[in-house]
Amino acid sequence: MIEFVRNVRLWFAPEQVREEGRTPDYRFSLANERTFLAWLRTALALIGGGFAVDQFLPDLRWGWRVGLALALLAAGVLCSLRAVNHWMRCERAMRRGEDLPASRFPALLGVLVAVVALAMAVVVLVGWEG
Amino acid sequence: MSEAVGPARDPGLQPERTRLAWRRTTLASTVAAVLAAKAALHGGVSVAGIVAGALCCGLWLAFLLLAHRRIVALSGQGVPAALTPRHATAAVLCAVATAVCAAALVVV
Repeated sequence: MIEFVRNVRLWFAPEQVREEGRTPDYRFSLANERTFLAWLRTALALIGGGFAVDQFLPDLRWGWRVGLALALLAAGVLCSLRAVNHWMRCERAMRRGEDLPASRFPALLGVLVAVVALAMAVVVLVGWEG
Repeated sequence: MSEAVGPARDPGLQPERTRLAWRRTTLASTVAAVLAAKAALHGGVSVAGIVAGALCCGLWLAFLLLAHRRIVALSGQGVPAALTPRHATAAVLCAVATAVCAAALVVV
């Protein structure tokens, strides 16, 4: 948690990142940037999914519809914050010549998406209408 | 055509791929903005809906501007500058703010 707060401070202080270690090969930085963008797209897709659940399942009961939409939107927010945090950690690791940080976030997101998808399937099949 | 490219051309086309990644991301944000506009106008017009929808469109424009600036930086000759943390954070904050507007639209 403290590590995360320190990282958040670094998001807004690029000079501090510049000072650490040596500048890596620019191709590694660009690859890291593309990974960041892929995660940002995932976040935007989750946010779009939240809108879509709200818009395209009007027959669902209010609680289910809003709950699923908010779960997807919260996942989108988490995913985008994690995207910039992980990008920063990778960039610093490359500058210091350390190993890239490991993460269990992809597994967590996979499980969450699976749970939401199962909930959707159940809701659509059983047809709890409002 | 390929002979016209400068000597600093990267055989892995890394700047081009990164540029295209930014374009894909603007496309994803456009889809989110279109869904936001639909949500804002759905089921009668309300003041809260219009405000949230307009905010989403503004955030979409902000994201387009950020992506455009990065694409221009990547299009230059020679070694492109690295993405700055401020730039990345601004792009992420656009996505987060869109999600907050979406939550407001869904709940109201």
